Formats: sequence, C-alpha cells, structure tokens
Amino acid sequence: MASALENARRAAAHRSRRELSAFALVLPLLLYLGVFYAYPVASMMLRSVHEPHWTADNFAQIFAQPVYLQVLWLTLRIGLVVTAACLVLGYPVAYVLARVERSKSNLLMILVLVPFWSSILVRTYAWMVLLGREGIVNQFLLWLGVIEEPLRLLNTTFAVYVAMVHVLLPFMILPLYGVMRGLDENLLRAAEGLGARPLGVFRQVVLPLSLPGISAGCLLVFILALGFFITPALVGGPRDLMIAVLIQQQVDLLNWPFASALAVMLLAAALIVFAVFVRTLAVERALGGAGR
Amino acid sequence: MRRRLKPMAARRRIPPWLGAFVAMVLFYLIFPILVIIPLSLSSALYLSFPPPGFSLQWYRNFFGRADWLDAAWLSIWIGATVMVLATCLGTPAAIGLVRGRFPGRKAINAFILSPLIAPVIIVAIGVYFFYARIGLVGNPLALILAHTALAVPFVVINVSATLYGFDLRLEQAALNLGATPWRAFWQVMLPIIRPGVLAGAVFAFISSFDELIVALFVSGSTAVTLPRKMWQSIRFEIDPTIAAVSTLLILFTGILFLTAELLRRRSERLRTSRGVAPGS
Repeated sequence: MASALENARRAAAHRSRRELSAFALVLPLLLYLGVFYAYPVASMMLRSVHEPHWTADNFAQIFAQPVYLQVLWLTLRIGLVVTAACLVLGYPVAYVLARVERSKSNLLMILVLVPFWSSILVRTYAWMVLLGREGIVNQFLLWLGVIEEPLRLLNTTFAVYVAMVHVLLPFMILPLYGVMRGLDENLLRAAEGLGARPLGVFRQVVLPLSLPGISAGCLLVFILALGFFITPALVGGPRDLMIAVLIQQQVDLLNWPFASALAVMLLAAALIVFAVFVRTLAVERALGGAGR
Repeated sequence: MRRRLKPMAARRRIPPWLGAFVAMVLFYLIFPILVIIPLSLSSALYLSFPPPGFSLQWYRNFFGRADWLDAAWLSIWIGATVMVLATCLGTPAAIGLVRGRFPGRKAINAFILSPLIAPVIIVAIGVYFFYARIGLVGNPLALILAHTALAVPFVVINVSATLYGFDLRLEQAALNLGATPWRAFWQVMLPIIRPGVLAGAVFAFISSFDELIVALFVSGSTAVTLPRKMWQSIRFEIDPTIAAVSTLLILFTGILFLTAELLRRRSERLRTSRGVAPGS
C-alpha cells in the first residue's frame, strides 16, 4: 500500500517535472513575443484612450465624423464582397481539384500556388499594369471593338475588388481543397446509387461535408481583407479608403492616438469575426457528429 | 485506404461547364503573374503591351544601380537573420507545446500563432511607436526584431506538424540507453523532424523577405528593404525596372517555396508511414 502510494507520488513528481521542462522550452519564445510583439501592440492600444490623460475622445471622433464611419462601412463592405467572390470562384476550383486524378490536380495546383507564393506587392503591380489606361485589358477591349476609348479601370473600387480577390483567392481554395480531398468518394457514389441527382448529391452530401472548409476559408479571407493595405493603397481611388490606409495616413499626420483608436476598432472587428466563426464552427462540428 | 480509393476518384466526371468555369478562374489567377515576364524583357521605355522588342535593359538597370542592389542585400540578410532567430525560438517552443500538458497550453499556442492572423498594420504601428520611443527607427535591428515575431508561427506550425509523427519511444529508448536529453535531441529527434524545421525556416525567411507594411513604418530612410524600395518605385517611377525586379522575385521565392513544399511533403510522408493520417 505504502509502496503504491510512493510510486504514485513519484510518478506525479516525474510528470510535473516533465511539464516544467516542456514549459521551459516555450518560455524563451513567450518572453520574446511578450517584449517585441504583445507589449508594443498593447501600449499602442492604451495610447488610444490615454494620451496624455484618460479620454474617450479618439473613439468619439470616429463616431462623430461621417467620413470615418464611411471608412469603417466601406472596409466591411469590401471585406464581405471579396469573401463572397472568393467563395463563389474558389469553391468549384477546390471541388474539381479534389476530384480529378492526383497527377492532374498536382499540376493544376501549381496555378493556385504560384500566385499564392508571389508577394502581394508583385501581384498588385501586375494588376496596375493590366488595368491601366494603356493596359492590356483596355487594349483588348478596344481591339474587340467593345469600347471606343479606354475605360478608367485603375484607381476604382472595381480595381480594388479584382486585385484583392486575386490576392486572397488561394486562401479560400487551399482550406476548401484540404477538406474536399478528404471527402470519401464512396459517399458520393452511394448517394448516386440511391438515386440522388447531381444537384442533390451536391446539396445533401458535398456541401454539408465541406462546411468546415467554407468556414475556415471565409474566416481567413474576411479577416485578411479587413486589414488590407497594399492593394487598396495602390489600385484604389481616393474614395476607396480602407481602414488600414486611413491608419497609415493618420500615423503620417502624427495623429498617433487617433490612429491607435482606429487600430483598436480594426482589431475588435477581427476578433468579433473570429469569435463568431469559431462559434459556428463548433456548432457545425457538433451537428456533423450528431448526423454521423 | 487512400490507395484503394484512388482509381475510383479518377473516374468522377467533371461536367464541361464546370471545367470551363474552373479553367477561367485558374486563368485569372495565373495570367497577371505571367504577363509581367514579357514586360520585363521589353525594349520600350515605358510599360506597353505587346513589347515592341526584346531587351535586357531593365535587368541591367536593376543590377547596375546601387540603390536597388543595396535594398536587395539588406532584405536578404535581414531575412537570413530572422530565419535563424525564428527557428531557434520556434523549434523548442513547438516541442514544448506538442509534448507538454501544462495548463494554459491552448491559450499560449493561440498567442504564438496570433501574428499570422492579426492585421499586420496593427503590429506595424505598435512596433513603430515602440521603436520611435527607443530611437530604433531606421535601424535594421528594428526590422529583424519585428519580422521575427511575425515569422515564428511558420516555424511552430511546421515543426509541430512533424512532431505529431515523431515516435516518443525513440527518444525514450535513447534516454534509457544513457543519452543525455541534449544528445537525444540532436542525434535522435532532430534528424527525424529536420524536414519540418527546414520548411519552417524557409517560410520564415520568405515572410521577412516579402514583408512591406512593417518596413514602411520602421525602415526610415536608412534601412530601405527591397519591398520598401519597390513600393517607392511603383508609386513614383513608371519605368519597367520594377517588372524585372518582380520577375526575379517570382523566380526567387518560387524556388524557395518549392524547396519548402518538397520538405513539407517529405515530412508528411514520414508521418503517414507511421499510420498517422495527414491533416489535409
């Protein structure tokens, strides 16, 4: 009895030593991120309400001026439209890539990965070249005879949508592809065997089983879109002011507390979206588990 | 399991309209990248399509101008330093997180991965205010420190992925045979998780090499990295040198990513060979 107790005690001591050494491995990184990441961000956020005294003026200013509310609204709208467009364009691609033979899908995957790998700056530059007044798109349309004179495409909201969807589409395709790759072909055949039509197979089998991929892709694309800076700054017009661009302008104007308040708003929006998605994801998993 | 399903998956027919739609989307993805390459070889003095003739003048311009080359070198050595720092901090942390069952592990994991999803502009102005206060703006060290925080998640994710396939008994055996924990790590664990560590290191390098937003604030006028120089050039010059730089970048990061991807596949194979299904 005593020896059993002794053994248990020794095992517990051993385990806690193990946990301690595991934690010791994580500690240097935690300290590093604490000093060079969390502390700067936290003190920036504090600046939004405490500069030099406690005040809510910076937030009041955001809500008092229609200009700033418009920026917030525009950022949300662009985020939603881009996410929806990525889903509509990306879902079929992920489905087809997951259903064709492995050798073919590896080849087609390169077409998704090469843009994914190139820097956002390079891709945005490519769209500036394509959409310019003398750009390829205008020249092509002129050649077709669809238009008489070059359209203004660059520095418009349209350009922001086209370029942002281009940059973010791989973030939608990759998680969707991951989920659909794991989708059991036998399930589809079973549904077909039981008399389901193609649309029925899609609605009742493929769609529900790919929901986790849809949530992950939409979450990723929407949160990344909210904070987008490079693309709207380069291809957007003066009226396509997204929040990240506004933050940068305010920093340049040395309105640091106000820029901080805007950053807090952006972070809050990102966190809310994240929490909502995590909720729905958990709900889905529960439903999926019950259904199976 | 996978192998048995393969021939069946191959038989699924894709309706033509769906195939056409997917082909159009893939064209939309790849065309802008491809279009830059002929432009960089153009003999015209400004961007025009189709290029009137062939010339390497824009590449000569890039390799002949000190400001472009200095920016490229600065980006390479900042990226290399970030790679080493992020790997040295991230690898042990990944081991601790996968092994440990200590309280708060999930929260710590989320915190370490949060730079991946947090809007970069927030991190950028946070570190900018911080460095402005301690007088580090315009110092490459400032970029290294900030980029490392942003690069660490790539190391942690890649190393953890390989660690889930690592058989703990191997290390236990080494320890039982009298190896010190340090030696067990270098001679047993590291050789097995090496593909994950290397892939993480490559991703860390690229994430720093391509990073613009932090550089936009923190570079000042003395630590101008390649993305920062490109940004200036895109905004204020119109000559096609930028197309040449872009082409070089596509090739350079393409090769690096290919390396990382092959390493990742290798580590995935290591995992599957033990019967653990890959996550994706």
